[in-house]
Amino acid sequence: MLIYTILAVPLAAGAAAVPGRRWAGWAAAAANGAVLVLGIILAVQVTRGRPAGAAGGILRADALSAFMVIVIGAIAVLASCQSVRYLSAEAGRGACTPRYAALYTALVQAFVCCMLLAVLAASLGVMWVAVEATTIATTFLVGHRGTDGALEASWKYVVICSAGIALAFLGTVLFYFAALHAGGHPAGSLDWTSLMAASRRMNPGVVRLAMGLIVLGYGTKAGLAPMHSWLPDAHSQAPAPVSALMSGVLLTVAFYALLRFKAIADGALGPGYPRVLLVAAGLASLAVAASLLLTQRDYKRMLAYHSIEHMGLIALGAAAGTPLAIAAVLLHILGHGLAKGVLFLASGEILLAEGTSEIAKVPALLSRRPVLGGIFGFGLVALLGLPPFSLFASELNMLRAEVAAGLGWAAAIALACMAVIFAAVMAHGRHLLLGDAPPHGRREATPRAVAVPLAAGLLACAFLGVSAWPLQPLLHAAAQVVAS
Amino acid sequence: MTGSAYSGLLGLAAGAVLACAVVTLWRRDLRAVVAVLAVQGTALGITAGVLAAHSRDIGLGVTAALVLAAKGLVIPALLRRVVRRDPGSRESAPLVNVPASLLAAAALIVVAYLASGNITALAPDGPARLAPVGVATVLIGFLVLATRRKAVSAITGLLLVDNGVALVAFLLTAGVPLLVELGASLDVLLVVVVLRVLATTMRARLGPFDLDQLRELHD
Repeated sequence: MLIYTILAVPLAAGAAAVPGRRWAGWAAAAANGAVLVLGIILAVQVTRGRPAGAAGGILRADALSAFMVIVIGAIAVLASCQSVRYLSAEAGRGACTPRYAALYTALVQAFVCCMLLAVLAASLGVMWVAVEATTIATTFLVGHRGTDGALEASWKYVVICSAGIALAFLGTVLFYFAALHAGGHPAGSLDWTSLMAASRRMNPGVVRLAMGLIVLGYGTKAGLAPMHSWLPDAHSQAPAPVSALMSGVLLTVAFYALLRFKAIADGALGPGYPRVLLVAAGLASLAVAASLLLTQRDYKRMLAYHSIEHMGLIALGAAAGTPLAIAAVLLHILGHGLAKGVLFLASGEILLAEGTSEIAKVPALLSRRPVLGGIFGFGLVALLGLPPFSLFASELNMLRAEVAAGLGWAAAIALACMAVIFAAVMAHGRHLLLGDAPPHGRREATPRAVAVPLAAGLLACAFLGVSAWPLQPLLHAAAQVVAS
Repeated sequence: MTGSAYSGLLGLAAGAVLACAVVTLWRRDLRAVVAVLAVQGTALGITAGVLAAHSRDIGLGVTAALVLAAKGLVIPALLRRVVRRDPGSRESAPLVNVPASLLAAAALIVVAYLASGNITALAPDGPARLAPVGVATVLIGFLVLATRRKAVSAITGLLLVDNGVALVAFLLTAGVPLLVELGASLDVLLVVVVLRVLATTMRARLGPFDLDQLRELHD
């Protein structure tokens, strides 16, 4: 029942978005807030040992699903509060009719609902359908601004992601094939738990091929190098609230799918082979992010490349695969979602105020727009993995787990890349925040409706860094689900 | 259906899917390519139908009808409307010319057989031995995606990949569960609709265009 409600609430808010209804945007924000609350209730239920199932085995929630619902809900609330602001600003400059605004709200809610379905699906096939549906829901959102660049970005996005995700489907079919031939697996079921039960008897040759396809397929959607080429375009061209959702949660929802399959492959092959794939993708992502962040001239693209870095770190953490590593990966997923969401939303506000996304043309934000600049600055500090934010704790724990799992050399390479990225982002950030203020610059205030949700997001991230105790049982239970 | 007629029909239908993929490489007239896609969708539906008739599987029969309708009729009709509005639409200068891409296709078919060794070894008697045909179709789809420069060609490449994956699914596991198949077909249909809208918008803005003209965004 609870699971149905979680899916129905955001969808209802999307259906309520009719042209001319001013309150539809706030209704969407309230619905996403409800998802967060319901996710927390679900998490309490499952950590007390009650896995919730529904709808003839199509939907199911374990601790990992509940955790992902919380992540989606938290960032969706932030993004939909900011969506209201984005739509009124677009309408103010005459770029957005009421019909467009309603379409936007409906698509964002459909997008959120697809992500929720992906993490709540019991069947890996339904999960695939939901992940592919996110691509469809977001295509028009990426192109929502209607510029040449936005059209180009949405074209590349849908072609590359659909081709990639088709490979993930092939991988899913091969896992199913291997399970059918392992004996004891019920025909007609792509249920994750029954595939897990059959995993030890699966043919290793087929699983090896299947897992490779899954990493390629879901890796494309998760923005792992070398399949990342759509990501900087789509994330920089989309409206800020959509970028926040795509960067903050959609990437990690795709990675969640990868984690589910990794658990099956671990059972069939032992942890060695999935680890090789994930380490390769993770290190490639870090290297790509490091080399392209150095020369970045656009702050939205800078944030997009930064997401590739974090997906690389998450892939390395998952490669280690121990319960400690997975718990750190999950905390990182939440921390990165919050910090990246806040930064993309702040960057949307900067773009709105300054009219350009070029780093060179936006100096000295701290003196000209102290509140907005402050939020952006703290967001960068969080993303670079400095205390007190939770990314510090999760990065530290992931690195420790990698060393313990015999991946010390990969952790060392990762640290070197992170150092380069740190220097690059600091240099860009120094210009954006301090820089040389133009003469006659005036101080401009930031609307409270913008500043309060963003500050709340950062505070939550910092709170989790100081003490993750409210999440500890959930993280522990969720890590047990897929740890090797 | 007798055993030999069954395996003969199955081989023919699956082979037709791959043959259509090769023909899309050969023809540069985009109207012809769309017609070939319709034939391929039909062949895919027939493959599923033959499997369903043999195993008396009603769910798979429904899937076969669904595939015939979606991939044999609806999607080609959607594409035909894009092509018809642009009478001179030809793949004028693919990045790799036609003879070279046919050679590449031959190489990809060999690769598909090599890569599918583990799959066919697991079920050497059933329809799974035809799996390399589907894998080869997927690989040719990627070749089209990588080397062709028209918007319709990119959609063609995606559909080849998708049809190849669907063929593998039918041959290996007699299709995925019906609910998943429904969702997957709907997704493919929507992707084609979305791409059609994008292609139409871009042509309204840029005139007849090649995909490599899209270079607004770069680092």
